[in-house]
Amino acid sequence: MSRFARFGVLAAGFTFLYAPIVILAAMSFNASRLVSVWGGFSTKWYAALLENEPLIASAKISFAAAVLSAAIATFLGLLAGVALARFRAFHSRMLFFGAVHAPLVLPEVVLGLALLSCFVAFGIGRGFATLVVGHVTLTMCFTTVALLAALRGCDPTLEEAAMDLGATPVQAFALVALPQIAPAVASAFLLAFTLSLDDLVIASFATGPGATTLPMRIYSQVRLGVSPQINAISTLLLGMVALALGGSALVMLLGKRRGL
Amino acid sequence: MMRQRRLSLGQRLTLAIPYLWIAAFFLAPMLLIAKISLSHAVLARPPYEPRFLSSDTLADIWAKAQSFTFDNYRALVADSLYFDSYVSSLAIAGVSTVATLLVAYPFALAMARGPRQWRPFLIGLAAAPFWTSFLIRVYAWIALLKDEGLINNALMALGLIDAPLQMFATTGAVVVGIVYSYLPFMLLPIYAALEGQDPSLREAAADLGASPLQVFLRVTLPLSRDGVVAGALLVFIPAVGEFVIPDLLGGSDTLMIGRTLWNDFFANHDWPAASAAAIALVVILLAPLLLWERARLREEEGRR
Repeated sequence: MSRFARFGVLAAGFTFLYAPIVILAAMSFNASRLVSVWGGFSTKWYAALLENEPLIASAKISFAAAVLSAAIATFLGLLAGVALARFRAFHSRMLFFGAVHAPLVLPEVVLGLALLSCFVAFGIGRGFATLVVGHVTLTMCFTTVALLAALRGCDPTLEEAAMDLGATPVQAFALVALPQIAPAVASAFLLAFTLSLDDLVIASFATGPGATTLPMRIYSQVRLGVSPQINAISTLLLGMVALALGGSALVMLLGKRRGL
Repeated sequence: MMRQRRLSLGQRLTLAIPYLWIAAFFLAPMLLIAKISLSHAVLARPPYEPRFLSSDTLADIWAKAQSFTFDNYRALVADSLYFDSYVSSLAIAGVSTVATLLVAYPFALAMARGPRQWRPFLIGLAAAPFWTSFLIRVYAWIALLKDEGLINNALMALGLIDAPLQMFATTGAVVVGIVYSYLPFMLLPIYAALEGQDPSLREAAADLGASPLQVFLRVTLPLSRDGVVAGALLVFIPAVGEFVIPDLLGGSDTLMIGRTLWNDFFANHDWPAASAAAIALVVILLAPLLLWERARLREEEGRR
């Protein structure tokens, strides 16, 4: 590939990836309700957001569900990762391995349908708790995969050495293995958090009245067409992600400079 | 093969917690919908028969089990709505996968051949949209594709068209949405495969008289096969069961199985039919994956 062709391909690729997002963000500052008319710069849609109480309530529910389900999913993923990476072959290891990884390839509609059927069949009322259960089940396969890979990447003989020197298995794990995989734990948590915050399908099946999530609100608005308030909240969410990604990239860069 | 010995108490506890979660909230629900798929629909809550109760005797259970039927699976083939949804889902996912590959390959190649110090930045920039909301990224396309949207307005302003092109609410819009949403999944494995290639192989081919096109077709492309296959699976499998993209960007005639399932479940309350369709979908998706995994294992054994 010549230098010129390479530059052209990269420019086209990044335009395709970023133009829709940038246009969406620009439209959120458009005073006009219409997509195609620029009515001047305005932040009125952001001001309107503050008065949209159902939307704010949903944002709080989504945020709480994302924090809680990501914490549980990271914990379960850590246990499952330890069992798969460190234990001797146990009975039904294949079943466990398969069941842990299956939601990765399963359409969300299928998982949601199965969960809802189960809640109804056993007479479990749907709400915030079932929403968290649904999101943990969806995200723990991602946390398990990430943490299993991290555990396989760190040397088990270090933990064995700690145990030979008198550490209990729990101490050996907490003091030797855990510090090594701490970055993977953090990124597993963030991944689960993002997936939960973004999920529409599982939430629609698993949640009940009184626990409508932000994506569900956005979705029901979006089905009616483009809405300036949705542009504004989307831009806020995109901005948060951009800050988080930029921040973590900066931390990594500074860490490298210092030779850490 | 490791010798199977009993795990210690602490180890068993460690395993039991995630295992119980998976059993209660994944395996049991999947078994339940397998059972519902053999039931028939009734007007009740839950809307299917038979139901097993904890007060049932063995004889009751046996009597109820007699009413299990495969009718719902027969209906999947006989009912044109379901059958067409499957065929159309596979076709849309297939076309989208090829389109994603055509966009991702040159993009990945340009990144992998870029200056070394720029590569982490470029790949980070290409993967970043993955962390932003899927729903919002799909939504962003509505404003671009609508009749009075930005693309149509731009084309009309340039005088290229007189009337707006119908792009929104078409199957083509669904393909664009899938390519856009799943691009990072195709990009990353192909980039990894290309970046790991030894440049001296290409130099050797060129020294021996191969044209740049021949070098690409006979060295670069075959060596990136694993990345292409992995990327294609990562795009194709979720695309088949996709709900959000066909629902927001597709027309009312865009049939996809995820959407048909959703409507059957929520609008028609036909749980047995939806469950049978879900089980069939799992089989359709897992079969090629298992075959691919087996072929890979066989190849690995062959190498030894």
